[in-house]
Amino acid sequence: MQDALVELIVQAILEAQSNTNKPAQVTPTQEHRAPQPAQVTSARIGVGCAGTRLRTDTYLQFRADHAAARDAVYNDVPAELLQQLNLPEFATQCQSRDEFLTRPDLGRVFSEQTGNAIAAHNASPCDVLVYAADGLSSKAIAANLENILPVITESLTQQGLSCGKPFFVKYGRVASMEQVAQLTGAKVVCVLIGERPGLGSAESMSAYMAYAPTPGMPEARRTVVSNIYSGGLNAVEAGAYVAEVLGRMHREKKSGVELNEG
Amino acid sequence: MANTLLSVGIDIGTSTTQVIFSTLTLEDLGGRFTAPNIAITKKEVIYRGAIHETPLLNHSLIDTQALCALVEGEFRQAGLAIGATDTGAVIITGESARRENAAAVLRQLSGFAGEFVVATAGPHLESRIAGQGSGAQAYAQEHGLRVVNFDIGGGTTNVAVFDCGKLGATACYDIGGRLLKFTPQGKLTYLSEHAATIAQAAGLRLRVSDTPSLADLRALAEAMARQLEVNVQALLTPNSVLLFSGGVADCIYRTGHEVFAYNDFGVLLGQAVRNSRLFGYQVLAPQETIRATVMGAGSYTTTLSGSTIGYTRADLFPLKNLPVFALSPQQEQDAFDHGRAESVAQALCDFVQQTDANCVAIAFQGKPSPGWQELKRLAQALQHAASHAQLAPDVPWVFLAQHDIGKALGLAMTPHAQGRAVITLDGIDARQPDCYLDIGKPLMNGQVVPVVIKTLLFG
Repeated sequence: MQDALVELIVQAILEAQSNTNKPAQVTPTQEHRAPQPAQVTSARIGVGCAGTRLRTDTYLQFRADHAAARDAVYNDVPAELLQQLNLPEFATQCQSRDEFLTRPDLGRVFSEQTGNAIAAHNASPCDVLVYAADGLSSKAIAANLENILPVITESLTQQGLSCGKPFFVKYGRVASMEQVAQLTGAKVVCVLIGERPGLGSAESMSAYMAYAPTPGMPEARRTVVSNIYSGGLNAVEAGAYVAEVLGRMHREKKSGVELNEG
Repeated sequence: MANTLLSVGIDIGTSTTQVIFSTLTLEDLGGRFTAPNIAITKKEVIYRGAIHETPLLNHSLIDTQALCALVEGEFRQAGLAIGATDTGAVIITGESARRENAAAVLRQLSGFAGEFVVATAGPHLESRIAGQGSGAQAYAQEHGLRVVNFDIGGGTTNVAVFDCGKLGATACYDIGGRLLKFTPQGKLTYLSEHAATIAQAAGLRLRVSDTPSLADLRALAEAMARQLEVNVQALLTPNSVLLFSGGVADCIYRTGHEVFAYNDFGVLLGQAVRNSRLFGYQVLAPQETIRATVMGAGSYTTTLSGSTIGYTRADLFPLKNLPVFALSPQQEQDAFDHGRAESVAQALCDFVQQTDANCVAIAFQGKPSPGWQELKRLAQALQHAASHAQLAPDVPWVFLAQHDIGKALGLAMTPHAQGRAVITLDGIDARQPDCYLDIGKPLMNGQVVPVVIKTLLFG
């Protein structure tokens, strides 16, 4: 179970090993070398060691980051945020977080009842529909949604495109966009979804987009903008860029690899 | 899609003038799974010109006609039509920048060397590009070290400190190989004011048309080297690596030159530097010596904006010689917090009147990850300030942020612009005094614009 966590554990073991095998890097003669590599990566380099194990503060930091990653996977997006943004919540066919993590197939589809509700929420077809899904990090949604959503809407409006009414999908995976497109008749669909958290950040979000997605379509038809968080591509700038890509998809009637190839 | 730029570098130094041509290759490093991140990934020198004497009419005037002929000759030699270059820099350095007609010379050269070629000068910029052209910056970045570059030319020594590739301090001293000139027999034919001062302080009596003793000249060279040593003391850490470039560098790294081989002080100065305490540090050989500055001018003056930027129309570019108006941190904070910009509006009005420019660029830092409401307040404040500047209606508003917010700010500005063209760039830190900007035509499917930040200071 929990493929998300397997990777975390492997990463943790590798990281711990590489740290203990390295000699302590912070020595007076090399002091001048230490800052830069550590500044340009969030990887735990140059952290030194105590005997054959990590230093206590390094170990505690590692445990804290690991806990943050787990929380991001297991917690829900705060209801207040959804209320504040006026987003109704629709759940996929997963009944629990555990089921969501173990049954990717159920995270892509909605029950008939929920499907009808989604269709009713967006009764008239639109050019572009943007919605959010928790995916593997509720923290990512909590951290970025508030700032990215209004930017995308502003840009799409300036481009003269009609926007669907956004909503939130609980226990949602990327490929939920296929059924959403069918239910709403939106031409271009974009899902803002929490990325699998790492030990560097648990707040990273991706925007997956496709022109007229259909169930079973090849992954190559999806376009993605990843690494959206305060330490990567910030939410507002990401929103402006994502909206531009959405506009291009609508104009050129294609997405994914086809769109990249011009 | 334009993936390469043809760049020209022209360096008019105290004693030599050089021209190089290079191609700059642009690439998207962002990959297909995130936003674009376009960078200059390759700089290739395609033509190295000869090293010419800088033509002078007398000690205070550059021979503009001869200089133009010389540069035109290099274009011909390289097989390039005048105007074929996309970008580049004309840089006037050392004592040449102090000649009475320096500004006029620059204007004339920047005019005929291409559509988007800039005229630059200023000791800070000179030090930086010499350190980039010599390879000091690249070495510092690659090895995570402090590397200090000394570009010792005819009239001046430009010092640049690179900490792990990042430019730290720069400095410029009146120490160079052409502060004294001799006949091949060793008769002194020229003694600069500054060299005379140092000689006097060292208790040496030097007079033009005398033949000074070698011991006296060595003592003067040592005094100069010591002056350099003392001045840069604070910049050096025990682990610093030193690089020497400029014409004198050849006399530092290689010994056995005839004392008056170049009819100047370069050989003696080079020997003195070699024997100084500076050689107690780790010293490496540069990639370029006498050509370091021109290499830097040709290959390192052009930078790129961020890859997500905003502009109303592509035909607004190129924009040349935009004076930069910078917001203070307090003004910026007010704009972000309250959407207010009264003090900015007044200062901007004064700035526009002072510079007498029809278009200005407004620079600020921005925030690494601002909220949308914050950004809207900033846009409102900027609109307020910019409309007070009363620029002509067909002139675009140009905004420069350091942090990655250009495209989003463009969106936030559009409702406020009332039909005026707006340019919102990021990835540019132009908040330095007396700074001007050239912005070229958009490249790579319109995703980035080339930018040159320059200073136009003389004296």
